[in-house]
Amino acid sequence: MNHSEERPHIFDNPGNVRRLILGFFVCCALLILTDLIVHRHLTFAEGALPVEGWFGFYAIYGFVACTLIVMGAIPLRKMIMRSEDYYDE
Amino acid sequence: MSEIHPALILLAGGLLLFALPTTPRRIASACLPVLGFLNLLTIAEGTLWHITWGGYELTVLRADRLSMLFGYLFHLAAFLGAIYALHLKDRLQIGTGLIYAGSAVGAVFAGDLITLFIFWELLAITSVFLIWARGGERALRSGMRYLVMHISSGLLLLLGAVFYFLNTKSLAFEHIGLDKGYHYLIFLSFGIKCAFPLLHNWLIDAYPESTPVGTVFLSAFTTKTAVYALARGFAGEDLLIYIGATMTIFPVFFAVIENDLRRVLSYSMINQIGFMVVGIGIGGALGINGAVSHAFNDVIFKGLLFMSMGAVLYRTGRMNATDLGGLYKSMPWTCACCLIGAASISALPLFNAFISKPMVMQGVANMGAVGIWLVLLAASAGVLHHAGIKIPFFSFFAHDAGIRCPEAPLNMRIAMTISAILCVAIGSYPPLLYNLLPYPVDYISYTTTHVVLQLQLVFYGVLAFAFLMLTGRYPSEQPSVNLDVDWVYRRALPKGIRAIARTGGPLIDAFFNGGKALIRKLIAAIRTQHNNRGLFGRSWLSQSNVLIAIIFLAIYLIYYF
Repeated sequence: MNHSEERPHIFDNPGNVRRLILGFFVCCALLILTDLIVHRHLTFAEGALPVEGWFGFYAIYGFVACTLIVMGAIPLRKMIMRSEDYYDE
Repeated sequence: MSEIHPALILLAGGLLLFALPTTPRRIASACLPVLGFLNLLTIAEGTLWHITWGGYELTVLRADRLSMLFGYLFHLAAFLGAIYALHLKDRLQIGTGLIYAGSAVGAVFAGDLITLFIFWELLAITSVFLIWARGGERALRSGMRYLVMHISSGLLLLLGAVFYFLNTKSLAFEHIGLDKGYHYLIFLSFGIKCAFPLLHNWLIDAYPESTPVGTVFLSAFTTKTAVYALARGFAGEDLLIYIGATMTIFPVFFAVIENDLRRVLSYSMINQIGFMVVGIGIGGALGINGAVSHAFNDVIFKGLLFMSMGAVLYRTGRMNATDLGGLYKSMPWTCACCLIGAASISALPLFNAFISKPMVMQGVANMGAVGIWLVLLAASAGVLHHAGIKIPFFSFFAHDAGIRCPEAPLNMRIAMTISAILCVAIGSYPPLLYNLLPYPVDYISYTTTHVVLQLQLVFYGVLAFAFLMLTGRYPSEQPSVNLDVDWVYRRALPKGIRAIARTGGPLIDAFFNGGKALIRKLIAAIRTQHNNRGLFGRSWLSQSNVLIAIIFLAIYLIYYF
C-alpha cells in the first residue's frame, strides 16, 4: 500500500485528537463531581481509614500514584539502563 | 464416568501431533482441548484415583472445586492458544504447547507431592521448547537460564517432598503451611514458579524471547499452576500478603521504562500474580475466591494482550515501543481487541478484572491492613498505566512509525475475538465465573460505590498519563536493556568467577580436577552398590534413590553454572 495514496485516518486530523482529549477531560470532571451526589460506602470498617470517604479520594490517589510511579521510574532508569548489547559483549 | 485421566488427552494428543501432516494436525490441535474439556465434564467432583507405585500409594487424580476450576481454565487456554497457532507450519510449537498444557492439567489434579513433582518438571521441560522455537543464540541462552531455574524449582519440591514424607509418613498434597523448616523448601519451589520477588527474573528474561505463539502458551500455564499450588498448600500464610504486595508494586516502575512491549507485559504479569498471592495470603473464602477468580481472568486478558502483541510482532517483526506506532491504521481489529484487553486488565466496570481484583482488595480491607491496601491501590493505578495505556498507545497510536502491514491472520483474529468476548461476558455477568469458584460467593461487584471509585481511579490515572505526555514530562521510550536481578548471574557472577580464575587459576584447576575425581569415586561407589550385594542392587529403597538423584542433579546444576 502506498503511503501517499492512503485515505486519512481518524487521528490524522489533529482536531479529532483535540476533541478526544477534551471529551476525556469532561468525563474526568463529571466523575469527580459524582462524589457530591453519590454517597460512597467505605471499604474499611468505620474509622480505619476515614480519608477514603473524602471528596475525590480515589481520583486524587489515582492521579498522584500514577505521577509518582512515572517520576520514580526516571531515577531508576538512570541506575539500570544500559545499551541494548550490554549482555552480548 | 470417564476412565480417562484429564491430562491424558492433551499429553498423548500433543505427542500425536508430531506424527500428523499439516492439515490434519491443524484440525486435531483445535479439537484436542475440546475433547479434553468434554472428558473433564464427565469427571465428578470428589473423584480420587489412586495407583500404587514402588510400595507407595499415589493419588494421580483429585477432582475438587479448586482443581476443576483450573482444569476448565487450562483447557480454555489450550483451545485459545491452539486457534492462535493454526497458521503455523512447524509442529514443534503446537505439539509441545499442548503437552505443556497437559502437564499443567496433570499438576492441578495431582493429589500427592510426587505426582505433582513429575508434572512440575514436565512443565519446565516442555515449555522451554516454546522459547527455543524462536531460534538464535539469544533464545537458546535465555531458554537455558529458564530451564535451570525451573529444574531447580522441581528439585526443591522433590527434596521438600522427601522431608515431608520422612516426617509425616504421608505424601498427600494438602495444606502444608510454614510451621516446619522443610516446608520452606516446597514454599520456595512454588515461589520460583510463581515469580516471587528476586526469583522472578526467569519470567522477564524468557517470555519476551519466545515466539508469538510460544508466549501466549507460556503466559497461561506455568505461573497459574504455581498460584494453584500456593492456594492448595499455603492458603492463609501472612508472609504471602507481604510477598504479594511487593510483587504488585515493584514491576510497575520497571514496566514504565521498558522498551520491549512483551517485556512490559511480563512485568505486568508479575504485578497481577501479586494480587493473587495477596489473596492466597488472606485465605478464607473471600481471599481464595479472589485469588483464583483473578487467575482465571488473568489467563484470558493477559493472553489476549500477549496475542495482540504477538500479532504485531508477527506482522511487523518489531516489538520495541521506539519502533512502533500508528498501527491502528493497518491492524484495526487487533487494535480493538488489544483495547479490550487493556480495559480488562485496568479493571474497568463491565470487564473481567473488575469482578475479581476488588475481592482481594476487600479481603485486605477486612483485615484492616491499611498500608497493604494503599500499596495495592497504587499498584492498580500503575498497572492501568503500563499495561492499560502504554501497550496500546505506543503500538497502535502515538507517532505513526510508517508501518503498513496486513491485518493479523484470520486464526489470530478469531482467538483474540473469543478472548475479548470472554473478557466482556465474564465482566458483565459475574455468575459465569462465580458459580465455578471453590467457595460460595457472597460478594457483590456491581455496587454504585465500586463502579464510581474504580472509574475515578482509572480515569484520573489516565489523566496523569495525559498530563505527563502533554507537558513533555513523560520519560521518552529509548532502545535499551534494563538491568534486573539477572545482572547477578549474567554479569556479576561470570565476571567474578573469571577474575578469580585469573588470579587463582591453579586453585580452580585443582577444584575441577577434584570434582571430577569425586564424581569418578561416586560412580565407582554406585557401581559397587548396584551389584547384587550393593545397597540398590539388593533391595528397592526409593527414598534413598530419590535423595541420590537430587544430589546428582544438584551437582550437575552447579557445574552447568
